[in-house]
Amino acid sequence: MTASNEGSRLIDEMKAQSGQDPADCYQCAKCSAACPVTAAMDLLPHQVIRYLQMGLEEELSNSKTPWICASCFTCAARCPRDLDLARMMEGVRLTVLRKREGNKFGPADLTPEQLEKLPQQALVSGFRKYNK
Amino acid sequence: MRYRYFPGCTLKGQAKNMENTTMAAASALGIELVELEEWQCCGAVYPLYEDELISLLSPVRTLAAAEGEPLVSLCAACHHVLKRAQELMQRNEEARDKVTDYLEIEYKGEGRVLHFLEVLRDDLGFDKLAEMIKKPLEGKKVAAYYGCLLLRPSKVMQFDDPENPTIMEDFIKALGAEVVKSPYRTECCGAYLSVTEEGVARDTVAKILQSARNAGAEALITACPLCRYNLENCAADDGKEPVQVYYFSELLAEALGLQYKQLMAEAKERRRVASDSK
Repeated sequence: MTASNEGSRLIDEMKAQSGQDPADCYQCAKCSAACPVTAAMDLLPHQVIRYLQMGLEEELSNSKTPWICASCFTCAARCPRDLDLARMMEGVRLTVLRKREGNKFGPADLTPEQLEKLPQQALVSGFRKYNK
Repeated sequence: MRYRYFPGCTLKGQAKNMENTTMAAASALGIELVELEEWQCCGAVYPLYEDELISLLSPVRTLAAAEGEPLVSLCAACHHVLKRAQELMQRNEEARDKVTDYLEIEYKGEGRVLHFLEVLRDDLGFDKLAEMIKKPLEGKKVAAYYGCLLLRPSKVMQFDDPENPTIMEDFIKALGAEVVKSPYRTECCGAYLSVTEEGVARDTVAKILQSARNAGAEALITACPLCRYNLENCAADDGKEPVQVYYFSELLAEALGLQYKQLMAEAKERRRVASDSK
């Protein structure tokens, strides 16, 4: 565990690739109040930003929260600091996905019934979000 | 009024009736939707890291294929991806050069990118639409369900006020139906979590449907095939009369007096014949 995000590659990439600097957040937790899926999360949305501020990359990589985030952008719409947490969540997901071998989720994980019923949009977006 | 039309993958599959009813309605309203040739899936989600350029190839190719004419889609996700890809092409020169060089095309972010509801509001006008309605949906209590992708991020989408939108309510009014406002109309349905975490989608859907029912709605309209799937398939059966979920275009076709049920039956028959002949 590192206690600071100084020189963190994740943070540097996040600033460059999403224009978001976690240091801009003052932890008002409006994002957590806005998020519709916090019940299934192990870290609340504002806690994810706090962990980013603290440079707790390993803890974030093991958290369920980025995979529960459905990129609905409600957090970003309500943020008084004009931060886009959905982009930061994507950054955490991509960091994990780019490091791991193989995909997190694929067609083989679906039941024949799901493949029959799910709209194409659900399959494409699901595969895009959980795969490289 | 002529537009290039991008259907997207789901509009040729599970959401075929959104396409059929829109096409019938558009032609009754004098709106010409010319389908793009050889289009590809938009990718369904917009890449939120700007080095994910591969995910942009397909939407940028689509944007360029409109050749400067206004480009219309029906699916909320397709519209979202196209609109945001266009904004990136306008803003980020480096990403634009890489993508357009790879595709060997010229594109600098030009052209209007519209959802069909915007065509009805901004180009045709809801007043004009109201005049063209043949069978007003009098007494039908309809709630709008916006979901996420049409509204947010509002700076890019510029679709409506992200917290207090009115376009769908104005549309419902134009059809002659009774507008029901439900507090959860802009909440997320759970999106693709129904693929990996169905329980989460069940919770979000339960809140949306309960909120609409408590407000007195008998029907909900959406412009997103995934919202519709979740609202129908992740809904709990609590023994009460379910809130019916429609594509906005289905109610439009009905109010225009078009035989949309017949259109849907014909489309279903065509699909059956096509799959039998495989």
